[in-house]
Amino acid sequence: MSPNELSSYLTIGAILFGLGLFTVLTRRNAISVLMGVELILNSANINYVAFSHFSSGNSAGQIYAIFVIMLAAAEAAVGLAIVLAIFKLFHTIDVEAAETMKD
Amino acid sequence: MSVSTAVFNLIALLLVVSAAMVAFSRNIIYSAFSLLGTFMGVAGIYIFLGADFVAAVQLLIYVGGILVLILFAVMLTHRITDVTITNRAAGRIPALIVVVGLVYMLIQTVRTTPWAAAKQVTFASTTATIGDAFLYDYLLPFELASLVLLAAMIGAVVLSRKEIKE
Amino acid sequence: MENPIQTDFIRWIVFLPLLGAIVNGLLGAKIQKSLGKGAIGVIACAPVIVAFILAVNGFLTLKGLPPEKRFLIDNLYRWIDLGSLKVDMAFLIDPLSSVMILVVTGIGGLIHIYATGYMHDDKAFWRFFAYLNLFTAAMLTLVLGDSLLLLFVGWEGVGLCSYALIGFWYHDHANARAGNKAFIVNRVGDFGFVLGMFLLFWSLDAQGHASLTFREMVKWAPSIQNMSLWGWPVVTVATMFLFVGATGKSAQIPLFVWLPDAMAGPTPVSALIHAATMVTAGVYMTARMNVFFSMAPATLHLIAWVGVATAVVAATIALTQNDIKKVLAYSTVSQLGYMFIGVGVGGYAAAVFHLMTHAFFKACLFLGSGSVIHAMHHEQDMRKMGGLKQWMPITFATFFISVLAIAGFPPFAGFFSKDEILWLAFTSDHGNKAVWFFALCGAGMTAFYMFRQLFMTFYGKCRADHHTQEHLHESPAVMTMPLVVLAIGAVFVGLIGLPGVLGGSQFAHWLEPVIAGHGESHASHALEWGLMAVSVSVASFGVFVAYLMYRKESLSPDTFVNLAGGVPYRLFNAKWYLDEIYQAVLVEGTLKLARFWSAFDAYIVDGIVNGVAAVVRFVSWLNGLFDTYIIDGLVNALANVTYWAGNRFRRLQTGNINGYLYGIIIAMAAAVYVKIRYWT
Repeated sequence: MSPNELSSYLTIGAILFGLGLFTVLTRRNAISVLMGVELILNSANINYVAFSHFSSGNSAGQIYAIFVIMLAAAEAAVGLAIVLAIFKLFHTIDVEAAETMKD
Repeated sequence: MSVSTAVFNLIALLLVVSAAMVAFSRNIIYSAFSLLGTFMGVAGIYIFLGADFVAAVQLLIYVGGILVLILFAVMLTHRITDVTITNRAAGRIPALIVVVGLVYMLIQTVRTTPWAAAKQVTFASTTATIGDAFLYDYLLPFELASLVLLAAMIGAVVLSRKEIKE
Repeated sequence: MENPIQTDFIRWIVFLPLLGAIVNGLLGAKIQKSLGKGAIGVIACAPVIVAFILAVNGFLTLKGLPPEKRFLIDNLYRWIDLGSLKVDMAFLIDPLSSVMILVVTGIGGLIHIYATGYMHDDKAFWRFFAYLNLFTAAMLTLVLGDSLLLLFVGWEGVGLCSYALIGFWYHDHANARAGNKAFIVNRVGDFGFVLGMFLLFWSLDAQGHASLTFREMVKWAPSIQNMSLWGWPVVTVATMFLFVGATGKSAQIPLFVWLPDAMAGPTPVSALIHAATMVTAGVYMTARMNVFFSMAPATLHLIAWVGVATAVVAATIALTQNDIKKVLAYSTVSQLGYMFIGVGVGGYAAAVFHLMTHAFFKACLFLGSGSVIHAMHHEQDMRKMGGLKQWMPITFATFFISVLAIAGFPPFAGFFSKDEILWLAFTSDHGNKAVWFFALCGAGMTAFYMFRQLFMTFYGKCRADHHTQEHLHESPAVMTMPLVVLAIGAVFVGLIGLPGVLGGSQFAHWLEPVIAGHGESHASHALEWGLMAVSVSVASFGVFVAYLMYRKESLSPDTFVNLAGGVPYRLFNAKWYLDEIYQAVLVEGTLKLARFWSAFDAYIVDGIVNGVAAVVRFVSWLNGLFDTYIIDGLVNALANVTYWAGNRFRRLQTGNINGYLYGIIIAMAAAVYVKIRYWT
């Protein structure tokens, strides 16, 4: 693994993505699902910044990374607020407890 | 193997291990704290990529903001003593198969693609460049982002109110 | 006639009776209740009397002017201003209309006074006088209007009022029918009048002299001399139409049938309408338009013969009537026929003169008969009268004078006027011997039936029942006074129109500014004397026969009844079956036509409409089926499929986020794999 090669960053990103995805897929806890989403977003950000660094040379990738971080913050705020609302309503944050819409 | 390469590998290891802890830990508190390592590792990767500003933002927002938020949410929704059953997971085997397959595919793709030649890392401050970009080329997205944050803040406040119940 | 003298009193001649009509019409019921019938009578009579005084004033004003300046006008305002059609609301007094307003207001005023006595027992006293005043106002508008259009306003006004007055006792259905008949028959005539008016205006307009004012029309009349329409001179066609209007209003054949029925109205109405005013409108109009009529010899010829036919036919009918008013009604028709003979032979002045004298003695006769009817408790059958002379001396005397006048004995008014017409018929350029002969026969018959009436009513033994006889009485002064005045008129008014041998007619001279050339003739004095003698002897013969039949009773009327198998009598008695013919031809024809069209409407038109409706219904039904089964089927099928699919797909929406994520990831991975593997 060399820091001078794009493929090592992309590999790290892929692994991070896989772990985040696994978290999202397996967890029943809404907060854990959110944590998995954060992992996925981070892996995407690594790719953005790595591509920006290795191919284009300008700062567009970094800008996008910042936007993603910002949206992640917003998403976390709203998502956690929803989690709290669900907890107040169902007294649990198990995502399957909120599966009422299918009926 | 130079020092930088060693540090890079160390950071990569920290990142992957802590992410794995998030994914596999049975206790949500552990997962939340492991997230700290992941975020800091990502910040380190950013530094290796010459993105000092993004790394700073990563630390400030993810570690200082989102992670604290997540920890608060965990504290608010769980009895702190009841540790073992808080992070229930289900369907691990099919998820593992899917994820492994996907990651394998991605890594294979990365490996087989002929990427551009390696580039020497230069450590110059990018803050001024990014600031210019936000106020010239990306002014509209920047302002929209402000609106999104405002909306998210209001939404979060509204959703978290007591009266939301029924 | 160059500069008409402007005045502002003429309008009051029209407005005062109109005011009386409005006051009585709107407030009459209250006035009658609070102030009594006397007040109504004063309100009704005063305007007419004042109007008469104004008319006399106008007459005297005219008289003080040189003949060519005898023209007073009272222009109120511009009435119509439409393109070339400009009509003023203006009233005029010239020699002709001065005569007419004197007759209308004078005799009309007497009839008003008489009516206050005659109608005294009627509950709707006020209504009667409101109509009567309105009628007078309309008639005055007719004779004072300075344009043909304003004349037409009055023309229609009298038609309307006559309808109201004839049907005054509308509780009896027959009276209402009589009113209707008068109105409808008059409508036919009015149609002709309107066409004639339009035609004249149109042709004058075509010559660049658009006007309906009499002065202008007369002035420019020569300009349309050579215009033609449908192969006829336009002036002939126009005057024919105008004459159709005149036959309606003045009860000539074929439109006279309304007049005898109009006797259904109260007797003062009969006197007013049939003696003094409405029926004379046609004669007045032809006299007013004499310039145009003189330009159309064909029309004049027609008028003369229509006049003769009317005079003779009406006289024959009058021979056989037993209703005291019916005799007078047919007599009126007959006398109007004489007036039109006068017009037809070019003697407009003679016609107007006869109009005036006739107004006196016929009003007197009508009012006299009204007096008799009043005394007989509304009995009108002469066979139940007789010997009334001893109870009603004043009525008898005035009636007798009037009968002499109408029969044409000198020196009474009727002699001079009728003789003038006969003389012109014999000698004028437009007249001929045949017209004269028939007119003379009519005169003989007139003498006969008038004396027959006189004898049956006033002489012999009274044939009334005992109860009626006991209550026989002379009418009150308010009724006899007008009779006396009218009788005096009937005696002396003829003296203003003396025949040529006795110094010439002042009356014709008076009318000269309006009626140029009143049918001058240049026959010898001997002939004039001779013709006078002939007409007097014919009249005497009529009287002699009547005397034998109804006074001496030495000659039975049955002799005549059975003459020639009784055919003439039945014909006369049945009024020549004219009503029946009209009923069969016109009324039934109209009804048949109406029924035909009704059937056409019911079966053909409605059939088509219903058929279309049925077709539309059938198509709609098919459409409905299509809609129900095809369209709705499709829609329902689509809905069912959607529902079914939704029901199936609903299972996928488990709400399980993991499930969704699996879907997303697998799909995305597959997409990426396919892209890499096959599209690179």
